[in-house]
Amino acid sequence: MKKNSFNQDVQTLAQKTGSAQRLQDRMTIVLFLLPALVFFSIFLVYPVFRSVYYSLFSWKGFGPAVDFIGLNNFKRILTDWIFLKAVGHGMLIVVLSLSIQLPLSLALALMVGRNLRGRAFFRTIFFMPYVLSEVITGIMWLILFNPDPKRGFINAILTLIPGLKAQPWLGDISTVLLAIFVVLTWKFFGFHMLLYIAGLQNIPLEIEEAALIDGVSKRQMITYIKIPLLGSTIRTSVYLSVLGSLQVFALVWIMTKGGPVNASELMSTYMYRFSFVRFELGYGSAVAIMMLLISLVFSLAYLRLVRPADYLS
Amino acid sequence: MKRFILVLFLVGILLVSGVFTALAAEAPVTITWWHIQTAEGEKVLWQGLADEYMAAHPNVIIEVLSLENENFKTKLTTVMLSGEPPDIFQSWGGGVMNEYAKAGLLLDITANLDRDGWRDTFSPGALGVYSFEGKNYGAPRDMGMVGFWYNKDLFAQAGIDNPPTTWTELLEDVQILKDAGITPIAVGEGDKWPGAFWWEYLATRIGGQAAFDAAYSRKGSFTDAPFIEAGEKLQELVALEPFQSGFLGATWGDEATLMGNGEAAMDLMGQWAPGAFADNSVDKLGLGEKAGWFPFPVVEGGAGGSADALGGGNGFIIGINAPQEAVDFLKYISSVDSQIAQAEINLSVPVVKGAEGGLTDPLLKIVQQGAAAAQYFQLYYDQAMPPAVGSVVNDNVQGLFAGTLTPKQAAQAIEDSASQEIK
Repeated sequence: MKKNSFNQDVQTLAQKTGSAQRLQDRMTIVLFLLPALVFFSIFLVYPVFRSVYYSLFSWKGFGPAVDFIGLNNFKRILTDWIFLKAVGHGMLIVVLSLSIQLPLSLALALMVGRNLRGRAFFRTIFFMPYVLSEVITGIMWLILFNPDPKRGFINAILTLIPGLKAQPWLGDISTVLLAIFVVLTWKFFGFHMLLYIAGLQNIPLEIEEAALIDGVSKRQMITYIKIPLLGSTIRTSVYLSVLGSLQVFALVWIMTKGGPVNASELMSTYMYRFSFVRFELGYGSAVAIMMLLISLVFSLAYLRLVRPADYLS
Repeated sequence: MKRFILVLFLVGILLVSGVFTALAAEAPVTITWWHIQTAEGEKVLWQGLADEYMAAHPNVIIEVLSLENENFKTKLTTVMLSGEPPDIFQSWGGGVMNEYAKAGLLLDITANLDRDGWRDTFSPGALGVYSFEGKNYGAPRDMGMVGFWYNKDLFAQAGIDNPPTTWTELLEDVQILKDAGITPIAVGEGDKWPGAFWWEYLATRIGGQAAFDAAYSRKGSFTDAPFIEAGEKLQELVALEPFQSGFLGATWGDEATLMGNGEAAMDLMGQWAPGAFADNSVDKLGLGEKAGWFPFPVVEGGAGGSADALGGGNGFIIGINAPQEAVDFLKYISSVDSQIAQAEINLSVPVVKGAEGGLTDPLLKIVQQGAAAAQYFQLYYDQAMPPAVGSVVNDNVQGLFAGTLTPKQAAQAIEDSASQEIK
């Protein structure tokens, strides 16, 4: 009896190649996606729609939003020179990241790549800053940057060198953004280095060996073989770097709160200040929507412009 | 079968009686208490009061949370916006508290205060700060004023015999201190509110009560002459470069550390200063005998009174979800004994009648008398006015300190915010 039903099952399975099977496949896919989809909708999609809703009101955050003002918040944002300054600072950090942080990560990845002795050790310590939370990093660097040589490590070392004075890194309008960029680089270069190491390891050994047989120098190896073959990794790295630079918050807020006098203001600190210090959540929501739009425009433009063109993907 | 029913019946009776006994015993009540004292002695005092109360009321559990000032403001914002305030928490009263009251996040304790004469134990001015539209939402524990805390040794070292009484004298003294190689003034302008005291006091000395009342009631404006002149006078001071290096990014903690370690001569600060100086100093002793106090100097030609005071206090307000035991606990920590204990460690300048004797620090006695005697007592602007306006005041005064804004621009920005928020 049982043996028969088995044969029958095999036969029915073999017959189910039509739309019934496809429907069942689709149902399985939907079922597996459902938990993630639900999570995504509740914590990402829904809040974005609520933000759009609140951005049309003048709202203090307590109770329901009742004072409808249409697009006035957005008009105010575009005419506020502090916001424009914040966007400018964001762009500056993006440019600095792309021109300094990424090449640095790439160089380190090439050095720690394959044949260095103790490379596991170097990889670990280079990656460690990335593991620290942004808050801890901010507090730590706040102490390091202290203007008093007796309390701030950086100034303590600086004053040992004759002729150099202690600098108020985070208290001086002209150096604060630079100081923040140093911390950002310190924190994230390890991550990009790891990306590049992974990308380098994806380059088949045969290509390198073939090049060596052809008599290529080290510099030529890097310029003509390794970097072009890292194309997709560099694309990913640039994308993550730009988005990260546009949205960094905790580090900056802890160290400077966007100050002094807006010298390190970013869109995220601007948004936070208006929402949670000044209790103007309608305006803050509008700023959040602006940030979303800017990031979205960049993403779409970038993915459009940089089409896959490397040979190994 | 019969035995089974009998057993079932007995078990049933046991269960029912057990449930009733459990219900009859008082259900444990938990109270959450958030305060901003981080100095060891002060934390110990508050915890001691909580422990005493819990010992006397075994069914009450008090969860004490101690947060630093700025962290407290951040954390409170989150819970307030989610509509779940803590049961008892720190407050400075004024416009910020009014916003919470308007949003229905605070418990009305007017009736509790009227009962058993609890209301009469407080000095009425101080209690009034924690009321809105005739209803009380909390109780004060401390009321003082902002003034100059200075290091007598450093003054003597520079050759200054007496503290300045006029603005011109203050600027002269600053120059004398600089020439003697001493940092004249410590200010934590990164936090913005310490610097705001300077501008607000100048406005108070130049324009008096009339100027602020006119601007706040919207009959006048924050661009009236006194406010612009306040900015100009402040920039006179800033031009002398009297502050410590990095003052634009320094916190109140950094300011207190400098004063506590004797590295700066003067600090315009409120009545909590001595405790903070001690806590932030290397030897934990602070200024001790070296500390002196003088009121904000008179500005020549100003319309304000020389005894006018800028200041505020601290108190605790009750969240809307708090149990009655929280109000009872508030009554406990507002007792005369508790206030005397607070005064003895310089935590509070007492507001409960009969507790003034607890003040041992002669300087705090002067502060308390000054606050009590002031004809015009102005609550700090960022507490007196709605949070948005207060924030704009602090931001723009920082611009005056940094030299990136002119007095007119700063005043105009404040006026714009006030006209939008104060209706």
